[in-house]
Amino acid sequence: MLRIDEESIPFLYRELIRIKMEMMKRGGSMSKYILQRFLYMMITLFIIVTITFFVMRLLPGTPFSNPEKLSEAQLEIMNVKYGLDKPLAVQYLTYLGNLVQGDLGLSFQSQGRTVINVIANRIGPSALIGGQAMVIGFIIGLILGVISALKHNTIFDYGSVFLAVLGMSVPSFVFAALMQYFIGVKLEWLPVALWEGYSYSIMPSIALSVLVIATVARFIRSEMLEVLGQDYVLTARAKGISEEVVIIRHVLRNALIPVVTVVGPLSVSIMTGTLVIEKIFAVPGLGEQFTLSILVNDYSVIMGITLFFSALFIFVIFVVDVLYVILDPRIKLEREG
Amino acid sequence: MRKHDSEIAEELFVHAPLEERTSEEITQKPTGFWIESFQRLSKNRGAVIGFIIIIIISILAIFGPMFNKYEYNTQDLARSNLPPLVYGLERFGFDGTDSHGTNVYEAKSIANEAAWIGTDEFGRDLWTRVWRGTQISMLIALVAAFLDLLIGVIYGSISAFYGGKIDNFMQRIIEILVGIPNLILIILFILIFEPGIVTIILAMVITGWVNMARIVRGQILQLKGQEFILASRVLGATNRQLIWKHLIPNTMGPIIVTLMFTIPTAIFFEAFLSFIGIGIQPPLASLGTLIEDGYQDMRFFSYKLIFPAVLISAIMISFNVLGDGLRDALDPKMRK
Amino acid sequence: MGENILSVNDLEISFQTYKGVLKAVRGVSFELKKGETLAIIGESGSGKSVTAKSIMKLLPKKTTIINRGSIYYKETDLLARTYKEMEKIRGREISMVFQDPMTALNPTMKIGKQVMEGLRKHQQISKKEARTRAEDLLELVGIPNVSKRMDGFPHEFSGGMRQRVVIAMALACNPEILIADEPTTALDVTIQAQILELMKDIQRKSGTSIILITHDLGVVANMADRVAVMYAGEVMETGTSEEIFFSPKHPYTWGLLQSMPKIHQDNDLPLIPIAGSPPDVSLMHDGCPFAARCPYVMKVCHHNNPAQSAVSDTHSVACWLQDKKAPHIELPTGIRSDGS
Repeated sequence: MLRIDEESIPFLYRELIRIKMEMMKRGGSMSKYILQRFLYMMITLFIIVTITFFVMRLLPGTPFSNPEKLSEAQLEIMNVKYGLDKPLAVQYLTYLGNLVQGDLGLSFQSQGRTVINVIANRIGPSALIGGQAMVIGFIIGLILGVISALKHNTIFDYGSVFLAVLGMSVPSFVFAALMQYFIGVKLEWLPVALWEGYSYSIMPSIALSVLVIATVARFIRSEMLEVLGQDYVLTARAKGISEEVVIIRHVLRNALIPVVTVVGPLSVSIMTGTLVIEKIFAVPGLGEQFTLSILVNDYSVIMGITLFFSALFIFVIFVVDVLYVILDPRIKLEREG
Repeated sequence: MRKHDSEIAEELFVHAPLEERTSEEITQKPTGFWIESFQRLSKNRGAVIGFIIIIIISILAIFGPMFNKYEYNTQDLARSNLPPLVYGLERFGFDGTDSHGTNVYEAKSIANEAAWIGTDEFGRDLWTRVWRGTQISMLIALVAAFLDLLIGVIYGSISAFYGGKIDNFMQRIIEILVGIPNLILIILFILIFEPGIVTIILAMVITGWVNMARIVRGQILQLKGQEFILASRVLGATNRQLIWKHLIPNTMGPIIVTLMFTIPTAIFFEAFLSFIGIGIQPPLASLGTLIEDGYQDMRFFSYKLIFPAVLISAIMISFNVLGDGLRDALDPKMRK
Repeated sequence: MGENILSVNDLEISFQTYKGVLKAVRGVSFELKKGETLAIIGESGSGKSVTAKSIMKLLPKKTTIINRGSIYYKETDLLARTYKEMEKIRGREISMVFQDPMTALNPTMKIGKQVMEGLRKHQQISKKEARTRAEDLLELVGIPNVSKRMDGFPHEFSGGMRQRVVIAMALACNPEILIADEPTTALDVTIQAQILELMKDIQRKSGTSIILITHDLGVVANMADRVAVMYAGEVMETGTSEEIFFSPKHPYTWGLLQSMPKIHQDNDLPLIPIAGSPPDVSLMHDGCPFAARCPYVMKVCHHNNPAQSAVSDTHSVACWLQDKKAPHIELPTGIRSDGS
């Protein structure tokens, strides 16, 4: 989802905690839980692989460039080369078998290159701008969210709430295009596009981080406001703990744990964002490759990247699922017991 | 202020209970949920402004293309790449000059046929195209949101009502669907079928309903467990009464809010798909294709990008702000 | 009993709400003497908790308006203290125990750490000393297997055990005053008795003064030396426990006592609820706040709020029935049944 409802997540999060605690009370353990999540991950992955495979076979047209130039015999050879002459079931099983060995097949367009190879070549820039966007987003989002909550209903709060709504609403590619025009073309502060040094990664990272900033800021704000209203904060104050310590030790810590849950949805936003952002800034990353492959019908690369993105996302979700169970002591102790 | 006895006359010390009616006046009249929600919403300045902007944009999307004589697909190479010109608003940049500062209208001597926000490379009038594009974007968003609502409500309520194994199974399906990045699914779907309005709508609905189904299910499950439902059952309420009196009013709030957030999401997805080239195909225009076209010509004809960009941002902000306002207004926890 | 350790004088507190300004406490005065237990009783919304929190300056900064009054702790007016200065008083001089032990503890912090937190703040002691002291405290409040439980998290404790932890936290620095805001309301009856017994025991040992806020008259009878009855943000009657239970003067106190079941009570004697419901404090008028529900209401009550009048050195009541001009009202049956 583009938009992460920061109110429903704490709710879902609490719901999850409740379910897990119940499960554990019935004799389940931490390792059982992790195993169950892992199983889910594998099932989802399997389903995605299957969907991708059949979608690939359903795609209109032949996957080869300029098929009209190829003779019957040549087509035949190509079909044999890519295994397209065998029955669908056999193709499917071969596909699965290759996948297990980490073989995603050959690119239909770039002769002789494996899909894995293409992905490996493209992953660096995407990882850099995606990672930077996450870091920038979390830091600025955290700052905005905390200011907002502590200065609740003041001009600071309204200001950062407005910024967050803006960040959530303006599509990243619109923001990126405008930024490229004003900062790159008009002001010439940063390189407009391409990938020839670190400074080229700045604008794409910022463009990607906008949604992260907005989401994290809104999430932290509402979580902190909720925690600030809790009795235990009052208890802490009643102990005579100074306000700063109350905020850091009691409020922030408890407000931050559920933030892990937005990492999953945010990583999707970033992946999706790379598709357009890399196109705009001509970053030689996975996203740019993906949009390029769509335009030239390089199905095996499209599917490879689809699988890669999905697997990455599912893995992030798995890690998050496990992580917040570990971070939240309400669950952690059950593991020891 | 508390008073001492010496100031008070003796005749006041007689028994004088309040009459029934006056004592009743002390307690406050209960206000209906919807009325109170509306009152709260109307106090939220951002939400009201958002709502007004949505109304204005909707009206312009419908009637805007009729404001001038150009059709969205009328090509006229004599009018290609005209900069914005509005007489009276020259000071604000609507002066008909291009990036080099020459007045294109005077150069081409068509000063009496101003394109308010310019034209594209084929000479198509951008004012008409922008509103036409908004129309299509909004249409896609509304239909997608409606289908999401329909499927989500049906799926969610079946899951919640039957519970047990059926619920379990249905939830597993959702869990798996949620595990797939939805944009990827959407792109795959569009690759299989021809790009176009219907394909885009269907592609978005494939994953879009999940959110609504979860909300509806969660809401119903929560209600099912609550004592007032049990109480009405004990008092002999029929299922039908339960559904109409309790379930629908209590689930409406979150559904409306989710719907409010589905619309901007759908507008975003449409624009996104059009931007990477697998959305609406020319000569049809949508906000996404207009932004894509504008982006290509951004360096010399920045107006082509700026107008649709501002418009889509305004729409998204308005819906998000209105959605936030609605959520706050409809949240029963806020009632006091 | 000794000298006053705390005196609240003519305290008036309002809240800024979205409906406008709301007066929650309207001219409350009472004293707490050294080593005694003062119970503040009243229905929910009568301003008991607000009064208690205002002593600790724990009311939300932005929305609270203290209109007038003073709260003297020993020689200093707490209301005049800054928030920073209050930190030295909170937990060390005055402590507080909240109503719901399920929410009063930080769910993600170990119990031991939560008890040690206050100790480390107020006393210059090492971490090790603090830990030993915390273990002693938890033992004192009756937590079994202390050294292991110190590293437990709140959700592993039952409600009663949590309340013991909360009390241990409150007692950490030997405070002069312990404010207990409905400490037993959220607990099972058997646990309630244990917690009350614990509080009494601690008071015997350390001489702490206790302000006990409750709406449970059983708890009051069990614990309190003196009682203040609050209604709609005002103190209606104050007196020793004997005075309040055996010769109450205010019709509201009568109502409270009549609606309380008594073990030795004649079964034929019905419980009599107080008619009507507590007034909305946002819609108050000039008269006695109880006028609308008072069975003995007089014309004067509707427009004039009665002042406190002394019945004895320790007993005072705000009611026009105390006026010489008022008709004499017999104490309703069922109240004196306990023999006075």
